[in-house]
Amino acid sequence: MERPILEVKDFHAWFGTHEVVRNVNLSLHRNRVIAVMGPSGCGKTTFLRCINRMHELTPGARTEGQILLEGEDIYRMSPIMLRLRVGMVFQRPNPFPHMTIYENVLAGYLLNNIKLNRNDKEAIVESSLRKAALWEEVKDNLKKKGTFLSGGQQQRLCIARAIAMKPDILLLDEPTSALDPISTAGIEELLQELKKNYTLILVTHNMQQAARVSDDTAFFYMGELVEFAPTRQLFTAPQDQRTQNYITGRFS
Amino acid sequence: MPSPLATPPTEKSSRYSDTTEATRSLSRMRRLTLRISYAEKKDRFFRNGLLLAGLTILCLVIAIFLTLVIGSIPSFRATGIHFFWGKVWDPVTGVFGALPFLIGTLLTSFLALLISIPFSISIALFLGEYFPPGKGKNRLAGLVQEAVELIAGIPSVIYGFWGLFVLVPIVRNIETQWHVLPYGVGIFTASLILAIMIIPYAASLSREIISLVPDELKEAAYSLGATHWEVIRYIVLPYARTGIFAGILLSLGRALGETMAVTMVIGNTSAIPTSIFSPGNTLASVIANEFTEAANETYLSALIELGLVLFVVTTLIHLIGKRVIRQFSTT
Amino acid sequence: MQIVSIKRLRRRELRSKLVRSGVLFFTLLTLLPLVYILLYIVKQGIGAINWSFFVQLPKPVGESGGGIANALAGSFIIVGVATLLAVPIGIASALYLSEHSNGQLAGAIRFCVEVLVGIPSIVVGIVAYDWLVKPMGYFSALSGSVALAIMMLPIMIRSAEETLKRFPTSLREASLALGVPYYKTIIKVLLPCSLSGVLSGIILSVARIVGETAPLLFTAFGNPYLTTNILRPMQSLPLLIYNYAISPYDSWHQLAWGAALVLLIWILLLNILTRIIIRRWSVRY
Repeated sequence: MERPILEVKDFHAWFGTHEVVRNVNLSLHRNRVIAVMGPSGCGKTTFLRCINRMHELTPGARTEGQILLEGEDIYRMSPIMLRLRVGMVFQRPNPFPHMTIYENVLAGYLLNNIKLNRNDKEAIVESSLRKAALWEEVKDNLKKKGTFLSGGQQQRLCIARAIAMKPDILLLDEPTSALDPISTAGIEELLQELKKNYTLILVTHNMQQAARVSDDTAFFYMGELVEFAPTRQLFTAPQDQRTQNYITGRFS
Repeated sequence: MPSPLATPPTEKSSRYSDTTEATRSLSRMRRLTLRISYAEKKDRFFRNGLLLAGLTILCLVIAIFLTLVIGSIPSFRATGIHFFWGKVWDPVTGVFGALPFLIGTLLTSFLALLISIPFSISIALFLGEYFPPGKGKNRLAGLVQEAVELIAGIPSVIYGFWGLFVLVPIVRNIETQWHVLPYGVGIFTASLILAIMIIPYAASLSREIISLVPDELKEAAYSLGATHWEVIRYIVLPYARTGIFAGILLSLGRALGETMAVTMVIGNTSAIPTSIFSPGNTLASVIANEFTEAANETYLSALIELGLVLFVVTTLIHLIGKRVIRQFSTT
Repeated sequence: MQIVSIKRLRRRELRSKLVRSGVLFFTLLTLLPLVYILLYIVKQGIGAINWSFFVQLPKPVGESGGGIANALAGSFIIVGVATLLAVPIGIASALYLSEHSNGQLAGAIRFCVEVLVGIPSIVVGIVAYDWLVKPMGYFSALSGSVALAIMMLPIMIRSAEETLKRFPTSLREASLALGVPYYKTIIKVLLPCSLSGVLSGIILSVARIVGETAPLLFTAFGNPYLTTNILRPMQSLPLLIYNYAISPYDSWHQLAWGAALVLLIWILLLNILTRIIIRRWSVRY
C-alpha cells in the first residue's frame, strides 16, 4: 500500500489548560474525501486547524505529538511552507474585498510575491475557476470585486483561490454552513470532482453531508477520535457505542 | 500570438495540469524554501518594528514629562513652593509668583464654561433628541451638524483675530455703558471667545452621550404618557448626567490649555485681576507672550514650570473625563 | 375615575412644546455668532486675495499690497515634514495597538495616546524648544515640525486603530492560510482593506494642525522672507496671522485676513477630501 499523505500520531491540542484534542492517531490517503464529524465542541475544527497550524494564531494554543505530511513533521516545517502545501476553505466565504475575482484566484501568488507571466496567470485563473465550477458564471466579470458574487459563488471562489496554489491537501471547515441548500449541493458536487486531484478533509456537523460526500469518516467526540472507517462501514456498522448513538440521533 | 484566453480551454488546462504539475510544484517549492527563511526573518523584523513604534509613543510621553520637570528645577530651586501663591510676577527683579495666572486661568475657564453650558446642551438636545440627523430626512439637523463640525475645525488664532476686531469693540462699548474702565480686552472677553470655541466641542460630546440613552427607557416613559420634555427631564438627562458631566470636564480641559485666542484678547498683564473686566493673563498666554523674551535661566525655567503646572492639570482633568465617559458608555 | 385631568395634560403638552422651541431658539442663537465668524472672515479676507497675494512677500509697513508666499510655502514645508515624521510612527503604533489589543503594553501605550490628546499645544511648543531649539542655538522649521508631529500622532493613531480593529479575523486567516507571511498579510491585505480609514485619519490629523500657532511660536518662530531651509526660522500661515493681527498696521491686518481665509479654505478642503475618501474607498467586509 502507498504511503499515507497525512499521518497523525499521538496528537493532543490545548487551549490554555483546556485539552481540546486528545490522543488522535490517524492515517489519510491520497485522492479521497475524508469527513471529520461530531457534535459541536468536539474538537473537530481545532483538529483541522492544527493540520495547517492555523490554531497557533490563538494565544495559548499548544500541541503535542506528531502530524506527518508525506513523512515530514509539520511542526518542524515553516508554517508558511506548510500552508502553501495545505490549502484551507473557511466556514464563511472570505474573498479579499480589495481584490477582483481574477486577483482573488491568484491571491496566493500575488501576496507571496511569486512572479508569474501573463499566460501562466490566465491559465491558472481559468483552470482553477473551472475546477471550482465557477468559470462559466464569472468569465466575463473577472475584473469585478469578489465580494459582488453570491454566497455560494464566493465560497467557490475561495475554493478556486485555495486550489490555485496546487496544495497537496485541501482543508474545508464546514464550507457550506453559511450557504443555502442549492449552493450547498453545488459545493458537494464540486468536492467529488476535486478529489480526483486533491485530498480533501472536510469538517462537518452534518451527518447527511458526511454520508453523501465522503469516502472515509472520522467521528470525534469530546476531543477524542472515536472511530475512523470507510464512510459506508461507519454508518452501517459502527464499532463504537458512541458512534452508534450519534448516527442514530441520540445526541447531537 | 493569440491571447491564451482565446485558445480552446481543453488544450490549455491540459498544458497546465498534466504530469508537469508535479515537477512544477516541486521546483516551485525549492525556490520557495529560500524565500521562506527570508520571510520569517522579515516577519520578526516587522513585529519588532511595530513594537518599537509603540514604545516610541510611550517614551515620548515620559520624555515630555521629564523635560518639563527638569526644566522647572532652576525655578523651583529659586522660588520653591512659594511659586504657587506668589502674587507678584516681575521678571525684571526676578520675582516669580504664579498666582495671577492661576487665578486668570481658572476665572476665564470657569466663566467660559458657565456661558457655554446652556448653549452646548441646547445643541446637544437639538441634535440628539429633537432632530437627530440621519434618522429620516432632516435637512436642518444635517446642516446644523455640518456647521458645528466645520466650526470646531477653525484654528484658535482665527478666533483670536476675530475676537480682537469684533468682540473687543463690543465689550468696550458695554464697559463704557457700565462705567468700568473700557479696556475692551480682559478676562471677560477671553471668556466669551473661549465659550464660543468650546461650544462645538462640548455640544458634539454631549450629543454622543445623549444618543447613548437606550430607546427602551424612553419608550417606556412615553408609553406611560410622558410628554417629550418629561422624557428628557426625567429619563434622558438623569441617565446621561455623568456622561454630560464628563463632557463638561473635557471642555474645561480644553479651555484651560487654550492659548492663542486667549492671548490675543486677555490684555496680558501680570497683575491679579480685580474684576472680570480687568485685563489679565493665563498660564498659557503668559508662556506664549514671554517665552521668547525670557533673558535668564530662572525666568525661562519659571515659564517652563508654568507649563508643567498646565500640563499636569489639563492631563489629569482630561484623563478623569475620559475615564468617566468610558465607564458611562460601557454600562 | 380619571387620574389625569385634560386641563393638566394640556399644560404639560404646552410646556413640552415651549421647551422644544426654547432649544430650537438657543441652537440658532448659538449658530449665529459661529456663522458670523465664518462670514466675517470671508468678507474681510476676500478683498485681499489676488494673484500677487499668493506669489509675493509681505511688503514693509507703509506700502500696500504684498502677499503671503513665504507663509504659504512655510506652512506646506512645516506641515509636510511633520506628516513625514508622524505617519510612520503613527501607523506602526496603531498597527501594534490593533494587533495586541488586549496586551498590557498596548494598554500603557493607549494611555499615553490619551495623554497626548489632552496635552496643551503651548506645552508641546516648550518641549520642542527644549529638544531642538536650545541645543541647536536657533529657531528652526524642523523644531516646529516636531512639535506639530507630536500633536498629529494621537489623532492619527486613534482613527487608524479604530479602522484597523474592524478588519475581520476571517480575512487575516484567509491570507495566512495561503502561506502568506505575517508582515505581507499586514501590508498587502490589512492595510489596503483599511486604506480609506487610515488615509482619512492622516488627513484629518493634518487638518487639525495646519492652524496650530502656539507650538510654532518658539520653534519655527516666523520669518519675513521666503526660505526652504528647515534648519532655519520659517514663516507659516498661523504665525503670520498672529503676528500681523496684533500689529497696529491696517495693511498687515488686511494680509492677515486674507491668510485667515486661505487657512480656512485649506482646512475645509482637507475635510472634504476626508469625506470623499471615506465614501469612495471604503471596503465593505
